Amino acid sequence: MTATRLPVENRTRFLVRREYRLLRVAALVGMVVAWEVLSQTGWVSALFLPSPLGVLAEGMDMARSGELGVHVAASLKRLSVGFVAGGAAGIAVGVAVGFFSLADALGMPVIAATFPIPKIALLPLLILWLGIGETSKIAVIALGVFFPLALNTYAGVRQADPLLIRAAASFGAGRWSVIRKVVLPASLPMVFAGLKLGAGTALLLLVAAEMIAVESGIGFLVLHAANLMATTKLMVGIVLLSLLGILSHWALTGLERLVIPWRER
Amino acid sequence: MKVIIDRVGKRYLDRRRRDVVALEDVSFAAASEEFLAILGPSGCGKSTLLGLVAGLLPASAGEIFFEGEREAGRPLTATVFQEFALFPWRTAQANVELGLEELGLPAAERAARARRHIQQMGLHGFEDKYPHQLSGGMRQRVGLARAFAVNPAVLLMDEPFSALDAQTRTLMMEELLALWERTRKTILYVTHNIQEAVFMADRVLVLSRRPGRVLDSVVIDLPRPRTEAMLGHPAFVRAADRIWKLIRSQAEAALLEGGA
Repeated sequence: MTATRLPVENRTRFLVRREYRLLRVAALVGMVVAWEVLSQTGWVSALFLPSPLGVLAEGMDMARSGELGVHVAASLKRLSVGFVAGGAAGIAVGVAVGFFSLADALGMPVIAATFPIPKIALLPLLILWLGIGETSKIAVIALGVFFPLALNTYAGVRQADPLLIRAAASFGAGRWSVIRKVVLPASLPMVFAGLKLGAGTALLLLVAAEMIAVESGIGFLVLHAANLMATTKLMVGIVLLSLLGILSHWALTGLERLVIPWRER
Repeated sequence: MKVIIDRVGKRYLDRRRRDVVALEDVSFAAASEEFLAILGPSGCGKSTLLGLVAGLLPASAGEIFFEGEREAGRPLTATVFQEFALFPWRTAQANVELGLEELGLPAAERAARARRHIQQMGLHGFEDKYPHQLSGGMRQRVGLARAFAVNPAVLLMDEPFSALDAQTRTLMMEELLALWERTRKTILYVTHNIQEAVFMADRVLVLSRRPGRVLDSVVIDLPRPRTEAMLGHPAFVRAADRIWKLIRSQAEAALLEGGA
Protein backbone atom coordinates (compact mmCIF):
# COMPACT_ATOMS: atom_id res chain seq x y z
CA MET A 1 0.00 0.00 0.00
CA THR A 2 1.40 3.40 -0.91
CA ALA A 3 1.13 6.23 1.54
CA THR A 4 -0.63 9.32 0.26
CA ARG A 5 0.03 12.78 1.58
CA LEU A 6 -3.08 14.23 3.19
CA PRO A 7 -2.69 17.96 3.60
CA VAL A 8 -4.35 19.74 6.52
CA GLU A 9 -7.15 21.87 5.23
CA ASN A 10 -7.97 25.22 6.75
CA ARG A 11 -11.41 24.79 8.25
CA THR A 12 -11.88 28.34 9.41
CA ARG A 13 -11.19 30.23 6.18
CA PHE A 14 -14.82 31.32 5.85
CA LEU A 15 -14.65 32.88 9.32
CA VAL A 16 -11.87 35.31 8.45
CA ARG A 17 -13.18 38.89 8.52
CA ARG A 18 -11.50 41.43 6.30
CA GLU A 19 -11.51 45.13 6.94
CA TYR A 20 -12.21 46.47 3.40
CA ARG A 21 -11.02 49.92 4.40
CA LEU A 22 -11.34 51.43 0.94
CA LEU A 23 -14.82 50.06 0.52
CA ARG A 24 -15.97 51.73 3.71
CA VAL A 25 -14.97 55.16 2.40
CA ALA A 26 -16.26 54.40 -1.07
CA ALA A 27 -19.72 53.49 0.24
CA LEU A 28 -20.08 56.87 1.91
CA VAL A 29 -18.64 58.89 -0.95
CA GLY A 30 -20.70 56.86 -3.43
CA MET A 31 -23.93 57.72 -1.67
CA VAL A 32 -23.25 61.46 -1.75
CA VAL A 33 -22.13 61.34 -5.40
CA ALA A 34 -25.23 59.38 -6.41
CA TRP A 35 -27.39 61.93 -4.60
CA GLU A 36 -25.65 64.82 -6.38
CA VAL A 37 -26.06 63.12 -9.75
CA LEU A 38 -29.73 62.49 -9.06
CA SER A 39 -30.27 66.20 -8.34
CA GLN A 40 -28.11 67.45 -11.24
CA THR A 41 -29.99 65.40 -13.82
CA GLY A 42 -33.24 66.91 -12.62
CA TRP A 43 -34.95 63.57 -12.08
CA VAL A 44 -35.86 64.71 -8.62
CA SER A 45 -37.03 68.29 -8.09
CA ALA A 46 -34.68 70.42 -5.99
CA LEU A 47 -37.70 71.44 -3.99
CA PHE A 48 -37.95 67.91 -2.59
CA LEU A 49 -34.31 66.91 -2.57
CA PRO A 50 -31.74 69.70 -2.88
CA SER A 51 -28.29 68.66 -4.10
CA PRO A 52 -25.44 68.15 -1.62
CA LEU A 53 -23.43 70.96 -3.23
CA GLY A 54 -26.47 73.22 -3.00
CA VAL A 55 -26.84 72.47 0.69
CA LEU A 56 -23.13 73.16 1.20
CA ALA A 57 -23.36 76.49 -0.63
CA GLU A 58 -26.44 77.49 1.37
CA GLY A 59 -24.67 76.57 4.57
CA MET A 60 -21.67 78.73 3.65
CA ASP A 61 -23.97 81.65 2.89
CA MET A 62 -25.72 81.30 6.20
CA ALA A 63 -22.42 81.07 8.03
CA ARG A 64 -21.19 84.24 6.34
CA SER A 65 -24.36 86.18 7.16
CA GLY A 66 -24.12 85.07 10.80
CA GLU A 67 -27.50 83.37 10.72
CA LEU A 68 -25.93 79.95 11.23
CA GLY A 69 -23.88 81.07 14.21
CA VAL A 70 -26.92 82.40 16.06
CA HIS A 71 -28.81 79.13 15.69
CA VAL A 72 -25.89 76.89 16.55
CA ALA A 73 -24.94 78.97 19.59
CA ALA A 74 -28.50 78.96 20.91
CA SER A 75 -28.80 75.19 20.46
CA LEU A 76 -25.38 74.43 21.94
CA LYS A 77 -26.19 76.45 25.02
CA ARG A 78 -29.45 74.62 25.69
CA LEU A 79 -27.83 71.30 24.89
CA SER A 80 -24.78 71.72 27.10
CA VAL A 81 -26.56 73.15 30.14
CA GLY A 82 -29.27 70.48 29.96
CA PHE A 83 -26.77 67.69 29.35
CA VAL A 84 -24.45 68.65 32.19
CA ALA A 85 -27.27 69.23 34.69
CA GLY A 86 -29.18 66.05 33.81
CA GLY A 87 -25.98 64.01 33.55
CA ALA A 88 -24.62 65.10 36.91
CA ALA A 89 -27.95 64.47 38.62
CA GLY A 90 -28.27 61.08 36.91
CA ILE A 91 -24.80 59.95 37.99
CA ALA A 92 -25.35 61.11 41.57
CA VAL A 93 -28.72 59.38 41.84
CA GLY A 94 -27.38 56.26 40.11
CA VAL A 95 -24.52 55.92 42.60
CA ALA A 96 -26.86 56.50 45.53
CA VAL A 97 -29.48 53.93 44.51
CA GLY A 98 -26.79 51.51 43.37
CA PHE A 99 -24.80 51.59 46.59
CA PHE A 100 -27.24 52.28 49.41
CA SER A 101 -30.03 49.75 49.81
CA LEU A 102 -32.27 52.34 51.46
CA ALA A 103 -31.89 54.70 48.49
CA ASP A 104 -32.51 51.74 46.21
CA ALA A 105 -35.77 50.89 47.99
CA LEU A 106 -36.96 54.50 47.93
CA GLY A 107 -35.66 55.60 44.54
CA MET A 108 -35.76 52.64 42.19
CA PRO A 109 -39.58 52.20 42.09
CA VAL A 110 -39.95 55.91 41.33
CA ILE A 111 -37.33 55.76 38.58
CA ALA A 112 -38.81 52.59 37.10
CA ALA A 113 -42.27 54.19 37.06
CA THR A 114 -41.22 57.49 35.47
CA PHE A 115 -38.52 56.24 33.11
CA PRO A 116 -40.88 54.91 30.39
CA ILE A 117 -42.71 58.25 29.99
CA PRO A 118 -41.75 59.77 26.64
CA LYS A 119 -40.05 62.97 27.74
CA ILE A 120 -41.50 64.97 24.84
CA ALA A 121 -44.92 64.42 26.38
CA LEU A 122 -43.70 66.22 29.47
CA LEU A 123 -42.68 69.34 27.57
CA PRO A 124 -46.12 71.01 27.71
CA LEU A 125 -46.27 70.28 31.43
CA LEU A 126 -42.78 71.70 31.95
CA ILE A 127 -43.77 74.83 30.01
CA LEU A 128 -46.78 75.16 32.30
CA TRP A 129 -44.58 74.85 35.37
CA LEU A 130 -41.44 76.70 34.32
CA GLY A 131 -42.74 79.13 31.73
CA ILE A 132 -42.21 79.21 28.01
CA GLY A 133 -38.63 80.53 28.22
CA GLU A 134 -35.30 78.75 28.23
CA THR A 135 -35.80 76.94 31.55
CA SER A 136 -38.45 74.54 30.35
CA LYS A 137 -36.39 73.67 27.27
CA ILE A 138 -33.27 73.01 29.28
CA ALA A 139 -35.33 71.05 31.80
CA VAL A 140 -36.73 68.67 29.23
CA ILE A 141 -33.24 67.97 27.88
CA ALA A 142 -31.91 67.44 31.40
CA LEU A 143 -34.76 65.06 32.11
CA GLY A 144 -34.01 63.08 28.96
CA VAL A 145 -30.33 62.78 29.92
CA PHE A 146 -31.06 62.01 33.57
CA PHE A 147 -32.71 58.63 33.04
CA PRO A 148 -30.15 56.83 30.88
CA LEU A 149 -27.43 58.07 33.23
CA ALA A 150 -29.22 57.11 36.42
CA LEU A 151 -30.01 53.63 35.08
CA ASN A 152 -26.58 53.01 33.55
CA THR A 153 -24.72 54.27 36.60
CA TYR A 154 -26.94 52.09 38.77
CA ALA A 155 -26.08 49.04 36.65
CA GLY A 156 -22.38 49.96 36.67
CA VAL A 157 -22.32 50.33 40.44
CA ARG A 158 -24.18 47.06 40.96
CA GLN A 159 -21.75 45.13 38.81
CA ALA A 160 -18.63 46.49 40.50
CA ASP A 161 -16.51 43.46 41.39
CA PRO A 162 -17.37 42.44 44.99
CA LEU A 163 -13.86 41.03 45.36
CA LEU A 164 -12.38 44.49 44.79
CA ILE A 165 -14.79 46.02 47.25
CA ARG A 166 -13.78 43.41 49.83
CA ALA A 167 -10.11 43.99 49.04
CA ALA A 168 -10.50 47.72 49.66
CA ALA A 169 -12.41 47.04 52.87
CA SER A 170 -9.69 44.64 54.01
CA PHE A 171 -7.25 47.54 53.81
CA GLY A 172 -9.48 49.66 55.96
CA ALA A 173 -11.49 51.53 53.33
CA GLY A 174 -14.84 52.75 54.66
CA ARG A 175 -18.06 53.47 52.81
CA TRP A 176 -17.02 56.72 51.13
CA SER A 177 -13.57 55.47 50.33
CA VAL A 178 -15.06 52.39 48.67
CA ILE A 179 -17.45 54.54 46.64
CA ARG A 180 -14.70 56.90 45.51
CA LYS A 181 -11.93 54.38 44.93
CA VAL A 182 -13.77 51.27 43.77
CA VAL A 183 -17.41 51.78 42.86
CA LEU A 184 -17.04 54.97 40.84
CA PRO A 185 -14.08 53.88 38.69
CA ALA A 186 -15.67 50.45 38.20
CA SER A 187 -18.87 52.02 36.89
CA LEU A 188 -17.18 54.51 34.54
CA PRO A 189 -17.54 52.38 31.38
CA MET A 190 -21.28 52.09 32.01
CA VAL A 191 -21.46 55.81 32.79
CA PHE A 192 -19.91 56.60 29.43
CA ALA A 193 -22.31 54.25 27.65
CA GLY A 194 -25.05 56.23 29.40
CA LEU A 195 -23.54 59.55 28.35
CA LYS A 196 -23.57 58.44 24.72
CA LEU A 197 -27.19 57.32 24.97
CA GLY A 198 -28.03 60.57 26.73
CA ALA A 199 -26.37 62.64 24.00
CA GLY A 200 -28.70 61.09 21.43
CA THR A 201 -31.78 61.71 23.56
CA ALA A 202 -30.65 65.26 24.25
CA LEU A 203 -30.45 66.04 20.54
CA LEU A 204 -33.91 64.63 19.94
CA LEU A 205 -35.45 66.66 22.75
CA LEU A 206 -33.56 69.77 21.69
CA VAL A 207 -35.19 69.73 18.28
CA ALA A 208 -38.60 69.06 19.78
CA ALA A 209 -38.22 71.86 22.32
CA GLU A 210 -37.00 74.30 19.69
CA MET A 211 -40.11 73.80 17.64
CA ILE A 212 -42.20 75.54 20.29
CA ALA A 213 -42.12 79.29 20.84
CA VAL A 214 -38.50 80.09 20.03
CA GLU A 215 -36.78 82.45 17.64
CA SER A 216 -33.45 80.69 17.42
CA GLY A 217 -31.89 77.25 17.41
CA ILE A 218 -31.43 74.52 14.87
CA GLY A 219 -34.85 73.04 15.58
CA PHE A 220 -36.40 76.43 14.89
CA LEU A 221 -34.35 76.70 11.70
CA VAL A 222 -35.65 73.36 10.44
CA LEU A 223 -39.28 74.06 11.22
CA HIS A 224 -39.17 77.63 9.91
CA ALA A 225 -37.47 76.57 6.67
CA ALA A 226 -40.07 73.85 6.15
CA ASN A 227 -42.90 76.35 6.57
CA LEU A 228 -41.33 78.53 3.88
CA MET A 229 -40.67 75.51 1.63
CA ALA A 230 -36.96 76.47 1.81
CA THR A 231 -35.86 72.86 1.46
CA THR A 232 -32.16 73.66 1.07
CA LYS A 233 -32.14 75.57 4.34
CA LEU A 234 -34.04 72.75 5.98
CA MET A 235 -31.37 70.35 4.80
CA VAL A 236 -28.67 72.59 6.26
CA GLY A 237 -30.42 72.21 9.61
CA ILE A 238 -30.60 68.43 9.28
CA VAL A 239 -26.94 68.19 8.31
CA LEU A 240 -26.04 70.39 11.30
CA LEU A 241 -27.99 68.11 13.62
CA SER A 242 -26.28 65.00 12.32
CA LEU A 243 -22.90 66.72 12.62
CA LEU A 244 -23.75 67.62 16.19
CA GLY A 245 -24.62 63.99 16.85
CA ILE A 246 -21.38 62.70 15.34
CA LEU A 247 -19.21 65.30 17.05
CA SER A 248 -20.71 64.72 20.48
CA HIS A 249 -20.17 60.99 20.07
CA TRP A 250 -16.53 61.57 19.07
CA ALA A 251 -15.98 63.96 21.92
CA LEU A 252 -17.39 61.48 24.44
CA THR A 253 -15.29 58.65 23.00
CA GLY A 254 -12.19 60.83 23.29
CA LEU A 255 -13.07 61.83 26.83
CA GLU A 256 -13.65 58.17 27.69
CA ARG A 257 -10.15 57.25 26.53
CA LEU A 258 -8.74 60.07 28.61
CA VAL A 259 -10.69 59.21 31.75
CA ILE A 260 -10.36 55.41 31.50
CA PRO A 261 -6.68 54.95 30.59
CA TRP A 262 -6.58 51.46 32.14
CA ARG A 263 -8.99 50.00 29.58
CA GLU A 264 -7.40 47.19 27.60
CA ARG A 265 -7.40 48.05 23.93
CA MET B 1 0.73 38.99 67.31
CA LYS B 2 -1.16 35.88 68.34
CA VAL B 3 -4.43 34.92 66.63
CA ILE B 4 -7.03 32.97 68.57
CA ILE B 5 -9.98 31.24 66.93
CA ASP B 6 -12.35 30.08 69.63
CA ARG B 7 -15.18 27.67 68.77
CA VAL B 8 -15.98 29.55 65.58
CA GLY B 9 -18.86 28.55 63.37
CA LYS B 10 -20.12 30.03 60.12
CA ARG B 11 -23.40 29.30 58.44
CA TYR B 12 -25.10 31.15 55.67
CA LEU B 13 -28.02 30.85 53.27
CA ASP B 14 -27.02 29.91 49.74
CA ARG B 15 -28.70 31.19 46.60
CA ARG B 16 -31.54 28.71 46.95
CA ARG B 17 -31.95 29.85 50.53
CA ARG B 18 -30.68 26.59 51.93
CA ASP B 19 -28.82 26.70 55.21
CA VAL B 20 -25.14 25.87 54.63
CA VAL B 21 -22.77 25.14 57.49
CA ALA B 22 -19.36 26.23 56.23
CA LEU B 23 -17.45 25.93 59.50
CA GLU B 24 -18.35 24.20 62.72
CA ASP B 25 -16.70 24.52 66.10
CA VAL B 26 -13.28 25.50 64.79
CA SER B 27 -10.72 26.27 67.47
CA PHE B 28 -7.02 26.90 67.13
CA ALA B 29 -4.39 29.53 67.78
CA ALA B 30 -1.55 30.83 65.67
CA ALA B 31 1.43 31.81 67.79
CA SER B 32 3.18 35.11 67.31
CA GLU B 33 5.53 34.94 64.30
CA GLU B 34 4.19 31.54 63.35
CA PHE B 35 3.79 30.53 59.72
CA LEU B 36 0.58 28.52 59.93
CA ALA B 37 -0.79 26.79 56.86
CA ILE B 38 -4.50 25.98 56.75
CA LEU B 39 -5.12 23.10 54.40
CA GLY B 40 -8.22 21.29 53.29
CA PRO B 41 -10.11 19.91 50.29
CA SER B 42 -12.12 22.25 48.13
CA GLY B 43 -15.23 23.51 49.85
CA CYS B 44 -13.94 23.05 53.39
CA GLY B 45 -14.48 26.69 54.25
CA LYS B 46 -10.81 27.59 54.56
CA SER B 47 -11.22 30.81 52.59
CA THR B 48 -14.30 31.60 54.66
CA LEU B 49 -12.17 31.17 57.76
CA LEU B 50 -9.67 33.70 56.45
CA GLY B 51 -12.50 36.09 55.61
CA LEU B 52 -13.66 35.85 59.22
CA VAL B 53 -10.20 36.70 60.55
CA ALA B 54 -9.92 39.61 58.09
CA GLY B 55 -13.23 41.01 59.31
CA LEU B 56 -14.77 40.65 55.87
CA LEU B 57 -17.46 38.26 57.09
CA PRO B 58 -19.22 38.05 60.45
CA ALA B 59 -18.89 34.77 62.36
CA SER B 60 -22.13 32.99 63.28
CA ALA B 61 -20.69 31.52 66.48
CA GLY B 62 -17.59 31.75 68.61
CA GLU B 63 -14.96 34.41 68.85
CA ILE B 64 -11.89 35.53 66.96
CA PHE B 65 -9.36 37.80 68.59
CA PHE B 66 -5.76 38.89 68.59
CA GLU B 67 -3.39 38.93 71.54
CA GLY B 68 -0.38 41.20 71.66
CA GLU B 69 0.66 44.81 71.73
CA ARG B 70 -1.17 46.92 69.20
CA GLU B 71 1.19 49.40 67.59
CA ALA B 72 -0.18 52.71 66.37
CA GLY B 73 -0.33 53.15 62.59
CA ARG B 74 -0.11 49.42 62.03
CA PRO B 75 -3.17 47.45 60.94
CA LEU B 76 -3.91 44.09 62.56
CA THR B 77 -4.31 42.26 59.28
CA ALA B 78 -3.68 42.60 55.57
CA THR B 79 -4.83 40.10 52.97
CA VAL B 80 -3.28 38.68 49.81
CA PHE B 81 -5.99 37.34 47.51
CA GLN B 82 -5.98 34.34 45.21
CA GLU B 83 -7.26 36.40 42.26
CA PHE B 84 -4.83 39.22 43.19
CA ALA B 85 -7.70 41.72 43.57
CA LEU B 86 -5.65 44.59 42.16
CA PHE B 87 -7.59 47.69 41.18
CA PRO B 88 -7.50 47.80 37.36
CA TRP B 89 -7.71 51.63 37.39
CA ARG B 90 -4.67 52.02 39.60
CA THR B 91 -1.06 51.61 38.55
CA ALA B 92 1.15 49.20 40.48
CA GLN B 93 2.36 52.14 42.57
CA ALA B 94 -1.17 53.38 43.29
CA ASN B 95 -2.35 49.87 44.14
CA VAL B 96 0.35 49.57 46.78
CA GLU B 97 -0.47 53.05 48.05
CA LEU B 98 -4.13 52.19 48.68
CA GLY B 99 -3.59 50.61 52.07
CA LEU B 100 -1.29 53.46 53.06
CA GLU B 101 -3.98 55.99 52.08
CA GLU B 102 -6.41 54.30 54.44
CA LEU B 103 -3.78 54.46 57.19
CA GLY B 104 -3.78 58.23 56.66
CA LEU B 105 -0.14 58.65 55.70
CA PRO B 106 0.91 61.86 53.95
CA ALA B 107 1.34 61.62 50.18
CA ALA B 108 5.12 61.88 50.10
CA GLU B 109 5.57 59.12 52.66
CA ARG B 110 3.03 56.92 50.87
CA ALA B 111 4.85 57.27 47.60
CA ALA B 112 8.26 56.53 49.10
CA ARG B 113 7.07 53.54 51.10
CA ALA B 114 5.15 52.06 48.18
CA ARG B 115 8.14 52.50 45.88
CA ARG B 116 10.40 50.79 48.39
CA HIS B 117 8.11 47.77 48.64
CA ILE B 118 7.64 47.55 44.89
CA GLN B 119 11.39 47.54 44.40
CA GLN B 120 11.78 44.96 47.14
CA MET B 121 9.52 42.69 45.10
CA GLY B 122 11.78 43.14 42.09
CA LEU B 123 9.31 45.31 40.20
CA HIS B 124 11.54 48.35 39.77
CA GLY B 125 10.53 50.15 36.57
CA PHE B 126 6.98 48.76 36.60
CA GLU B 127 5.57 51.31 39.07
CA ASP B 128 3.48 53.09 36.42
CA LYS B 129 2.09 50.00 34.74
CA TYR B 130 -1.55 49.04 35.06
CA PRO B 131 -2.36 45.50 36.27
CA HIS B 132 -3.43 44.33 32.81
CA GLN B 133 0.04 45.19 31.53
CA LEU B 134 1.66 42.86 34.06
CA SER B 135 2.04 39.06 34.06
CA GLY B 136 0.29 36.94 36.69
CA GLY B 137 3.45 36.60 38.75
CA MET B 138 4.08 40.33 38.66
CA ARG B 139 0.49 41.07 39.63
CA GLN B 140 0.76 38.92 42.71
CA ARG B 141 4.08 40.59 43.54
CA VAL B 142 2.13 43.83 43.57
CA GLY B 143 -0.43 42.09 45.78
CA LEU B 144 2.34 41.06 48.18
CA ALA B 145 3.89 44.52 48.13
CA ARG B 146 0.49 46.04 48.91
CA ALA B 147 0.04 43.76 51.92
CA PHE B 148 3.60 44.11 53.24
CA ALA B 149 3.60 47.90 52.74
CA VAL B 150 1.04 48.47 55.49
CA ASN B 151 3.21 46.35 57.82
CA PRO B 152 0.35 44.32 59.30
CA ALA B 153 0.73 42.35 62.51
CA VAL B 154 -0.85 39.33 60.86
CA LEU B 155 -0.68 38.48 57.17
CA LEU B 156 -3.63 36.57 55.70
CA MET B 157 -2.96 34.72 52.47
CA ASP B 158 -5.79 33.07 50.57
CA GLU B 159 -4.23 30.59 48.13
CA PRO B 160 -2.03 33.42 46.91
CA PHE B 161 -0.12 31.46 44.28
CA SER B 162 -2.68 28.95 43.04
CA ALA B 163 -3.56 31.07 40.00
CA LEU B 164 0.08 31.05 38.88
CA ASP B 165 1.91 28.51 36.73
CA ALA B 166 4.04 25.92 38.54
CA GLN B 167 7.44 27.54 37.90
CA THR B 168 6.30 31.01 38.90
CA ARG B 169 4.66 29.53 41.98
CA THR B 170 7.90 27.91 43.15
CA LEU B 171 9.81 31.17 42.75
CA MET B 172 7.13 33.15 44.56
CA MET B 173 7.08 30.69 47.44
CA GLU B 174 10.82 31.16 47.91
CA GLU B 175 10.45 34.94 47.75
CA LEU B 176 7.68 34.90 50.31
CA LEU B 177 9.74 32.73 52.67
CA ALA B 178 12.70 35.10 52.36
CA LEU B 179 10.41 38.05 53.06
CA TRP B 180 8.90 36.31 56.07
CA GLU B 181 12.33 35.44 57.50
CA ARG B 182 13.11 39.15 57.44
CA THR B 183 9.82 40.50 58.78
CA ARG B 184 8.64 37.60 60.96
CA LYS B 185 4.95 38.30 60.75
CA THR B 186 2.32 35.87 61.89
CA ILE B 187 1.04 34.31 58.68
CA LEU B 188 -2.18 32.40 58.09
CA TYR B 189 -1.67 30.74 54.75
CA VAL B 190 -4.65 28.97 53.17
CA THR B 191 -3.89 26.40 50.51
CA HIS B 192 -5.08 23.08 49.11
CA ASN B 193 -1.56 22.11 48.05
CA ILE B 194 0.15 19.77 50.51
CA GLN B 195 3.69 20.27 49.18
CA GLU B 196 3.27 24.02 49.38
CA ALA B 197 1.97 23.86 52.93
CA VAL B 198 4.67 21.52 54.21
CA PHE B 199 7.47 23.35 52.43
CA MET B 200 6.58 26.75 53.85
CA ALA B 201 4.81 26.37 57.17
CA ASP B 202 5.85 25.75 60.74
CA ARG B 203 2.62 23.89 61.26
CA VAL B 204 -0.19 22.68 59.01
CA LEU B 205 -3.76 22.76 60.22
CA VAL B 206 -5.83 20.18 58.33
CA LEU B 207 -9.53 20.92 57.89
CA SER B 208 -12.25 18.46 56.96
CA ARG B 209 -14.68 19.04 54.15
CA ARG B 210 -17.90 20.88 54.79
CA PRO B 211 -18.76 21.51 57.52
CA GLY B 212 -15.12 22.45 58.08
CA ARG B 213 -13.64 21.12 61.31
CA VAL B 214 -10.06 20.84 62.46
CA LEU B 215 -8.92 17.28 61.71
CA ASP B 216 -5.36 17.59 62.91
CA SER B 217 -2.46 19.93 63.39
CA VAL B 218 0.82 18.70 61.91
CA VAL B 219 4.07 20.30 63.09
CA ILE B 220 6.65 20.44 60.32
CA ASP B 221 9.98 19.44 61.72
CA LEU B 222 12.25 21.02 59.14
CA PRO B 223 14.97 23.58 59.80
CA ARG B 224 14.93 27.12 58.44
CA PRO B 225 15.71 28.55 56.03
CA ARG B 226 13.89 26.02 53.91
CA THR B 227 15.54 24.99 50.66
CA GLU B 228 14.49 22.93 47.70
CA ALA B 229 16.77 20.14 48.86
CA MET B 230 14.39 19.56 51.77
CA LEU B 231 11.66 18.36 49.41
CA GLY B 232 13.21 14.88 49.69
CA HIS B 233 13.92 15.12 53.41
CA PRO B 234 12.37 12.25 55.44
CA ALA B 235 10.56 14.72 57.72
CA PHE B 236 9.06 16.40 54.64
CA VAL B 237 7.89 13.12 53.14
CA ARG B 238 6.52 11.92 56.47
CA ALA B 239 4.50 15.10 57.03
CA ALA B 240 3.17 15.19 53.48
CA ASP B 241 2.19 11.53 53.74
CA ARG B 242 0.40 11.99 57.00
CA ILE B 243 -1.58 14.95 55.69
CA TRP B 244 -2.50 13.15 52.48
CA LYS B 245 -3.80 10.17 54.47
CA LEU B 246 -5.92 12.58 56.52
CA ILE B 247 -7.60 14.27 53.61
CA ARG B 248 -7.60 11.57 50.93
CA SER B 249 -11.06 10.24 51.73
CA GLN B 250 -12.28 13.81 52.21
CA ALA B 251 -11.00 14.80 48.80
CA GLU B 252 -12.58 11.73 47.19
CA ALA B 253 -15.92 12.55 48.74
CA ALA B 254 -15.61 16.16 47.63
CA LEU B 255 -14.87 14.98 44.09
CA LEU B 256 -18.07 12.93 43.96
CA GLU B 257 -20.11 15.71 45.47
CA GLY B 258 -19.43 17.84 42.38
CA GLY B 259 -19.76 21.61 42.35
CA ALA B 260 -18.24 22.95 45.55
